[in-house]
Amino acid sequence: MKKSYINGVGCISAQKVVDSNFLSEVEINTTETVVRAKQPSYTEVISPSFIRRMAKGVKMGIFTSTQALKEANVALPDAIITGTGMGCLEDSEKFLKAILDNNEQFLTPTSFIQSTHNTVAGQIALGLQCKGYNFTYVNGAVSFETALLDAKLQIETDEANSVLVGGIDETAQHNIDIQRIAGKIKIEEDVPFSVLNPTSKGTILSEGASFFVLENEQKESSYATLEAISITNSLEVDEVQDYVKTFLNNNKIVLNDIDLVVLGNNGDVEFDVYFNQVSDLFNTTPQAYYKHLSGEFYTASGFGLWMALNMLKLQSIPADVKMNSIEKENYKNVLLYNQYRGKDHSLTLLKKC
Amino acid sequence: MNKRVAITGMGIISSIGNSVEENFQSLKNGKTGISTIENIETIHKEVIMVGEIKLTNQQLAQQLNLSNDHNFSRTSLLGAIAVREALENANVTNINDCSTGFISATSVGGMDLNEKYFYEYFKDESLHKYINSHDAGDSSHQIADYIGLKGMVTTVSTACSSAANAIMLGCRLIQSGQLDRVIVGGTDALAKFTINGFKTLMILSDTYNTPFDNDRKGLNLGEAAAFLVLESDEIVQKNNKKVLAYVSGFGNANDAFHQTASSENGEGAFLAMKKAFKLADLQPEDIDYINAHGTATPNNDLSEGRAILRMFTDNVPDFSSTKAFTGHTLAAAAAIEAVYSVLALQHNLVFPNMNFKKPMEEFNLIPQTTLKEKSINHVLSNSFGFGGNCSTVLFSKNK
Repeated sequence: MKKSYINGVGCISAQKVVDSNFLSEVEINTTETVVRAKQPSYTEVISPSFIRRMAKGVKMGIFTSTQALKEANVALPDAIITGTGMGCLEDSEKFLKAILDNNEQFLTPTSFIQSTHNTVAGQIALGLQCKGYNFTYVNGAVSFETALLDAKLQIETDEANSVLVGGIDETAQHNIDIQRIAGKIKIEEDVPFSVLNPTSKGTILSEGASFFVLENEQKESSYATLEAISITNSLEVDEVQDYVKTFLNNNKIVLNDIDLVVLGNNGDVEFDVYFNQVSDLFNTTPQAYYKHLSGEFYTASGFGLWMALNMLKLQSIPADVKMNSIEKENYKNVLLYNQYRGKDHSLTLLKKC
Repeated sequence: MNKRVAITGMGIISSIGNSVEENFQSLKNGKTGISTIENIETIHKEVIMVGEIKLTNQQLAQQLNLSNDHNFSRTSLLGAIAVREALENANVTNINDCSTGFISATSVGGMDLNEKYFYEYFKDESLHKYINSHDAGDSSHQIADYIGLKGMVTTVSTACSSAANAIMLGCRLIQSGQLDRVIVGGTDALAKFTINGFKTLMILSDTYNTPFDNDRKGLNLGEAAAFLVLESDEIVQKNNKKVLAYVSGFGNANDAFHQTASSENGEGAFLAMKKAFKLADLQPEDIDYINAHGTATPNNDLSEGRAILRMFTDNVPDFSSTKAFTGHTLAAAAAIEAVYSVLALQHNLVFPNMNFKKPMEEFNLIPQTTLKEKSINHVLSNSFGFGGNCSTVLFSKNK
């Protein structure tokens, strides 16, 4: 069984991560309920006439996939796999509004065409002329993890030598409005917000894209090997620790082998208890968190992976993301855990190479 | 393929029947499900025809014994009905007795609710329970919860090829030993969103769709759900399960030509079929029946026809599109056609390509237009979607 090396990464998020050293210019938001991703200059990778017409998700996807491929020095991957919780939301809303506002008349196809969930994967394939395997997963907070799991399977079974895998989600106004009335976005009265030890319900909504190149060979650019991924639909709070232990056991690794735990805490007091279970289990292990930087969205865990890979490569944990004061000489095995509202739990295991 | 994957159960609901048996009877008797719209308020009511399931959401919910305060979209309702039949058919009594996954496929998820309540959410708090319906994964969670599954649940959305890809992922997870059993398929309900979307693309027919006919005018949208239960050999042997058929190969490729149109030479489709043959270790001449994607749009049938000719050259086996029966059911299409492919294997029947009259002028491809009895050992099923997505699944007899 071939190993999966992560050889290139690309990321767009609410943080300045393009043209900047790893988390050197961090902005921590404690007052905004919705935070947009910092958009880079797209002119280098997308022709100006397209930039205006392209959906934000497509632009972010093309940009970050280009970054990842460049770093891994891969011109044409064998497969493209994406995950997106909500797809090209802006175009979906635009088309739907047009239908409703104009009583199904005077419609144009552009936003319908762009609204399909696999638009980003399709557009990247079109741009690269990549005729290989092309998949898109849409399942809430495990959309990206399913893509990753599939990518790993592609490498293991020799179906592909190189896989471009990523997660993309964009914010859009109607979704923000309905998530607000459903109580899933924090309310302004609760400022300042804190992702750790939260006292209020809901999360800070955001958006972003992250892409990775998985290959079956180690390169100079290699960050880590992707050792294992598990996803499960729902867990009771008291089942979480067993879920983690079983996962480690299946991968022949013990608790103490984990050098760093990266948790998806999102500041929602209602569901924080899930993360506490994992945090408690690893109370002598260095821990890091990231959603105070990325905000919450279905594929925010891609930002978490991007961060974990950088920490492994640099062998250090930036102060801004530390959850405890424990440090280690060497960071070898990293475990990521994420869930959203008690659903879509995932575990990802990385190993330094 | 190193390991064929056994199909031990299937379930379906479509405009030609609310069960596998009803679908089979309609296919055999040439009974179409294409009609005018009854359940959706749309200004296009009189100008398009659809493959609509003539049950209201309330009737579907009653069949599922859902409580009055349920928040299932039509997509979830249809999916749950098909999954329930598939599990009964596979004789699964305890869904969690082995490592079981659920992989669904949908293009628009609970869009039927989202478009209905888009503005009403802000006026009526009682509708807030439906707010998540735009989230495609939500429908999969509802179905998984309905059958009490705890484990791997995920959703594929690659437009009109989605369910074929759900089948593929399911097979690969069984082959790699990550799951013992997986329920795979797709569900999509008719929605104003898709009706108007395809209308703007000007590929909706105003009458009965006519796959592979020279004068074809476009597709009829449909709604459906279908699911297969796939089980590992170990589970099949241990529980002495009856195997309906095997998934013997599959292939996925991208046309990389256009976001919504297929290339003229059917490159993506050709590559998908080629990959499937390689994986199955089968040759084109082994195929007894092709269940074509055959949406009856000018572009698809030409592109697919060319791809079939490239793949099979002068020996194109019997082929038909069953879309004249069901309409194009988008993300569910490959799942309902998987059920039809298994029925073809079980009963040694080629189902007719209805409404075909005049061969296309570009090539000499004549689909099978009547029900034909013959020995069938291997069926090839094609599905293509927006974003250049091309998928082929091969089904083989249990022998």
